[in-house]
Amino acid sequence: MNKRRYRIAEKYIEKGLMICAAVFIIAIIIISLFIFARGIPLVTKVGLGEFLFNLNWLPTRGSFGIGAMFIGTLAVTLTALLWAVPIGLMTAIFMAEIAPRKAGQVMAELINLLAGIPSVVYGFFGLIVIVPYIREHLGGNGLSILAGAIILGIMILPTIINISRDAILAVPEDYKINSLALGASHHQTIGRVVLPAARSGIITAIVLGMGRAVGETMAVVMVTGNSTIIPDSILGPVRTMTSNIVLEMGYATGDHQAALFATGVVLFIFIVILNLSVNIARNRGA
Amino acid sequence: MYNDIEEKGLTALYWLAASLIVIILLAVIGYIFMRGIGVFNLDFILSKPGAGGKTGGILTPMLGTLYTTAGALLTAIPIGIGTAIYLEEYAHRRNVFAYIVNLTSETLAGIPSIVYGLFGFVFFVLYLDLGWSIISGSLTLAIMILPTITRTAQEAILAVPREYRENSLALGASRWQTVSKIVIPSAIPGIMTGIILSIGRAVGETAALILTAGSSLGMPGSLADPARTLSVHLYILAMEGISMPRAFGTALAIVIMILMINYLAGWSMRRLSRSGRFE
Repeated sequence: MNKRRYRIAEKYIEKGLMICAAVFIIAIIIISLFIFARGIPLVTKVGLGEFLFNLNWLPTRGSFGIGAMFIGTLAVTLTALLWAVPIGLMTAIFMAEIAPRKAGQVMAELINLLAGIPSVVYGFFGLIVIVPYIREHLGGNGLSILAGAIILGIMILPTIINISRDAILAVPEDYKINSLALGASHHQTIGRVVLPAARSGIITAIVLGMGRAVGETMAVVMVTGNSTIIPDSILGPVRTMTSNIVLEMGYATGDHQAALFATGVVLFIFIVILNLSVNIARNRGA
Repeated sequence: MYNDIEEKGLTALYWLAASLIVIILLAVIGYIFMRGIGVFNLDFILSKPGAGGKTGGILTPMLGTLYTTAGALLTAIPIGIGTAIYLEEYAHRRNVFAYIVNLTSETLAGIPSIVYGLFGFVFFVLYLDLGWSIISGSLTLAIMILPTITRTAQEAILAVPREYRENSLALGASRWQTVSKIVIPSAIPGIMTGIILSIGRAVGETAALILTAGSSLGMPGSLADPARTLSVHLYILAMEGISMPRAFGTALAIVIMILMINYLAGWSMRRLSRSGRFE
């Protein structure tokens, strides 16, 4: 066997693999460049404050403010977190500390399945089941912040549960044994020792869940009614930033299309900062 | 002494929260099964949709899903596995390039699909002039599933015992021979799990594909043709109120695919832990 030729081949293979890895960096650069190039000119033309906070979205009349959609995203996301965080956290504690081993394993598989169901299926379920229920029992036409928050909450549960469960499982066994030895009950140990020790992981879970909620599109667009007027209750319809893009991209041109890309830029920057800060904090901790 | 009733009550509360999750899951899947099973038969799967989806079945959107997913996998699998091999077997610890690639991978995983849709539209559809097509959709999807494939392949490679490599190298095998003949074969079950999970993501993706593959119901003849996937089909049927029975049938088709994919992923994961224990 020719040893020198072998060594040269090895070098080429390493270079090839390195190029594969470089694809990631190239991808993120091209993604930002192309979205920014389409969106930023409009933001500078309209003005950042005007673009973000003007409540009038009248793209055909040259008024490009995403304020109403900004509030829509905020309202749906916060309402979703309001119920999904406590339920998710309790389920995580259940899986890590309370459930019998077999029940914990079954739960883990069910939660993987919950995470695997596509958002368009959740949106469809919301449209057919949740929206009519709200219309008949709570009032309004059903397409509402509440419907969006229920569906979105279901969708972010797996993120919240999986990450907080891992954080709770990572708490050293000694902490619990010492607490129990001091006479604390099981639930006192969970509340005063385990949860505080797992705090940073739980915060990560909530932050990533929030990121997922802000970026979610298909489920929300199908159940929130998509009105650009700010509602006075959670039974009223809203449009989120993501919905705005998917609803209008099909026919938008010129400045209107640029405004949709600018909305994408806002989402992109928000999510990237959220994820980077979580990941850098996590890497520093490790 | 502590209040026993309080302890029992709290335990019950945790059981209640977990049951709620199970009920939600069963409600979503059960409802779609119940309402979808009536239209879901071989004829529905194998006939083309007519009148914008009002009549007929889901053959064309099923092919759309198949083509875009296959295209995405063919692109992302080699790049993803190559990256994982580079990061775990070649890059030195504290290598800045590897650190940035890892961070980029985590960032890409978090970007919302609608942003990928915007990117795919402006880059593949317009700039590279590929139009609304299977290829534009596939390439956009490929970037979206790259982080999943890479991350799981990294974990699988990392789990291969170090002695395997040391023994191979000690026998005079080169680095690449060790990687290709020893490390990768041992990591295959883990890599497969990642691939199966990304198939699930690709099958369910909607927002990014509306903007890159289009929503045409025509039978695609080549990679350059536009295509409507199952999930896009469901969205349009439901939102435009074209046909609710067919929307349920389409939703059921997606749910069945996801159930199968999930089962396969679980099976592959169990095989992984078994091989890890006995070898």
